[in-house]
Amino acid sequence: MTPHPARIIASDTGPPSADVPAAGFAPVDLYQRREKIFTRAVEGRFQRLRLYSGWPLLLGYLLLPWINWGSRQAVLFDLPTRHFYVFGITFWPQDFMLLAWLLIIAAFALFTFTSVVGRIWCGYTCPQTIWTAIFMWVEQVTEGPRHARIRLDAAPWNLEKLTRRGSKHALWLGWAFLTGFTFVGYFTPIRPLVGDIITLQVPTWAVAWIVFFTLATYINAGWLREQVCIYMCPYARFQSAMFDKDTLIVSYDAARGEPRGARKRDTRPEGVGDCVDCQLCVQVCPTGIDIRDGLQYECIGCAHCIDACDAIMHKVGYAPGLIRYTTEHALTGQATRVLRPRVLGYAAALTTMTALFMVALVNRDLVGIDVIRDRGDLFHVDHKRIRNDYTLKIINKTQQPQSFALTVTAAAVDDLEIDGPHTVDVDAGEVLTVPVSLMLDHDELETPYFDIDFRACDTAGHCNTEKSGFFGPTGS
Amino acid sequence: MSTAWSIFIVAGTLFSLIWALWLLLSNRSKSTPTVETTGHEFDGITEYDNPLPMWWVGLFIATIVFAAGYLVYYPGLGNFKGLGRWTSHDQLQQDVETKDAQFAPLYQSLAAMSEDELHQSHQAQQIGRRLFLNYCSTCHGVSARGGFGFPNLTDDERQWGDDFDSIKTTLRGGRNAAMASWEAALGGDSGTADMTQYVLSLSGAQHEAAAAARAAPQFQVFCTVCHGPEGKGNPLFGAPNLTNDIWLYGGDADAIAFTLRHGRAGQMPAFESILGEARIAIVAAYVSGLQRQ
Repeated sequence: MTPHPARIIASDTGPPSADVPAAGFAPVDLYQRREKIFTRAVEGRFQRLRLYSGWPLLLGYLLLPWINWGSRQAVLFDLPTRHFYVFGITFWPQDFMLLAWLLIIAAFALFTFTSVVGRIWCGYTCPQTIWTAIFMWVEQVTEGPRHARIRLDAAPWNLEKLTRRGSKHALWLGWAFLTGFTFVGYFTPIRPLVGDIITLQVPTWAVAWIVFFTLATYINAGWLREQVCIYMCPYARFQSAMFDKDTLIVSYDAARGEPRGARKRDTRPEGVGDCVDCQLCVQVCPTGIDIRDGLQYECIGCAHCIDACDAIMHKVGYAPGLIRYTTEHALTGQATRVLRPRVLGYAAALTTMTALFMVALVNRDLVGIDVIRDRGDLFHVDHKRIRNDYTLKIINKTQQPQSFALTVTAAAVDDLEIDGPHTVDVDAGEVLTVPVSLMLDHDELETPYFDIDFRACDTAGHCNTEKSGFFGPTGS
Repeated sequence: MSTAWSIFIVAGTLFSLIWALWLLLSNRSKSTPTVETTGHEFDGITEYDNPLPMWWVGLFIATIVFAAGYLVYYPGLGNFKGLGRWTSHDQLQQDVETKDAQFAPLYQSLAAMSEDELHQSHQAQQIGRRLFLNYCSTCHGVSARGGFGFPNLTDDERQWGDDFDSIKTTLRGGRNAAMASWEAALGGDSGTADMTQYVLSLSGAQHEAAAAARAAPQFQVFCTVCHGPEGKGNPLFGAPNLTNDIWLYGGDADAIAFTLRHGRAGQMPAFESILGEARIAIVAAYVSGLQRQ
């Protein structure tokens, strides 16, 4: 795509360097080099909105591992012991179905929100966007505004360039380290980890993961940036499937703006639209597109261009909203329908899944019981009594010590008796192994095998049952 | 493996590596800007002959470099042992040593405890139970109630003594219990049948008093050495008490007669080299605790 000649009314005089060709305008070369994008900083209501949405999420991410619950970290995914603590709940590997459900809920939430409000996730909440924004802010602080950065990039290496570039990368790495360290802090207690780092005694695996996530953050938010959204993110590729003409998009009002053209301040030549062709919407775009080319898959809905354009519209005395959140129906003068079948469908799926998830969460097993028959003889006969041996694994999934009552039932016989402990005490989060014998009078035996059910109940009445079987001698 | 197999594997491995590298480098189209088709066409769709992305080529070459380094360091080329001399046996040994070092303080602190303290310690009981399930339950069963030929560890009788030290000795060195065949000495079928009745009488089971009386003098001659004059057994020889209702090889007339006729050989393996002293103490305490329940 040939860039429009730069006719600039703002103070910035840099050429539009961001020029990723949009689909439909020119064939995209498979091997094109990445054009460097120098985004211009912008202020405005949507950027403030991003601050309000981004900061709580960011602080939540950074501070959550520091919260304690009782004597341990409130949110801790302890992989070696396979205990996943989330405040008062301990999840076990057996509860992984819940994670699958949670991810399904997240997916349907994404579908629902995408079909109504477009790529709000990308623009306001996606970590890639937030971290890139932080890195861009660092860039702004160390290397100066857009035109200074372009100059610096073209300048030969000297002390100033070295200092500015060096401090940028140092700050990037510092922030990336904080990110990686915090992430590892979700999997290994974060407070001792700080001491380990100070005394240089961090376990090897923790070091490896901290380095990995530090580098991943540094590379993603510092170097890859919009390329993650354009080339790597699957959501960016399939989100268009949820779009229709009633979906909220960031769009340039071509009917109002065209034909675009520069003009003297406070004048309005005949036959010219509202777009003063200042290129600011292009310069602020973190993915380097021109929103005026229409809806493009690269657009992450961040509304930088809206804020930039509104500021210019205000300056030249036009109404804001030449670039705005709107829908394709609204742009063509039709009514926008929010409640469409697809929205209702997604919302119904989301509601159903959420309700099912809550039910599953509340009703999840707090008692775990596994029964393993003895590997040796199927049965023993002692003094006219038939004995079968079992190993029970009783799991206390709660965070309090529990006392479990053990019972056994069988449809086939009446007097099956547990010879061994009838109650067992299990510590919080413990898997207790209990060998148990079952005794049956020889006279009671009618079949060589029958099904039995072991049952463990805590004092609050939470029970779990596990099937097994009882063998005995026949024909005697 | 034989030299021929070794050469075959070395040749095959090196050939496929070099072949893969050659295939990549020779067939790669290098002219970046030109876009030609391969000449393949399917339903009007033609296939571009685009050069491979550099990052992909780089990764491919990196894997080949890695493979070369791997084959030099690790044993992968036939009989070549690799410069690192790595073996799975050594790795296991290392892992075991690491874990042993990790658990040593715990085992030492538990091994220093008395029998009563070990009974009181929840941790010791848990470890003892797990060790028992791993090493002992194959014969004695998960419930430790044993089976035919394998003693029940929860009942009142311990052939080799029921004090803590005796149990530890049993675990350390194992035990061999030998009951000889007495059929000939007892005088064939009739003598064996009489002695069977006598043995039944010792535990108060139903028996023929006349037959038992006939065998009583023989018992004093042949059996008292190990089982004692009253048949109460002797832990020194592992001779079982015959006056209670606990039978390792069955307590009915047929089983007793079989034992008399053919003898019995019970064997408990030695666990000293497998478990080590600390864990032997923990298992011994678990086993002695079973009897007290």
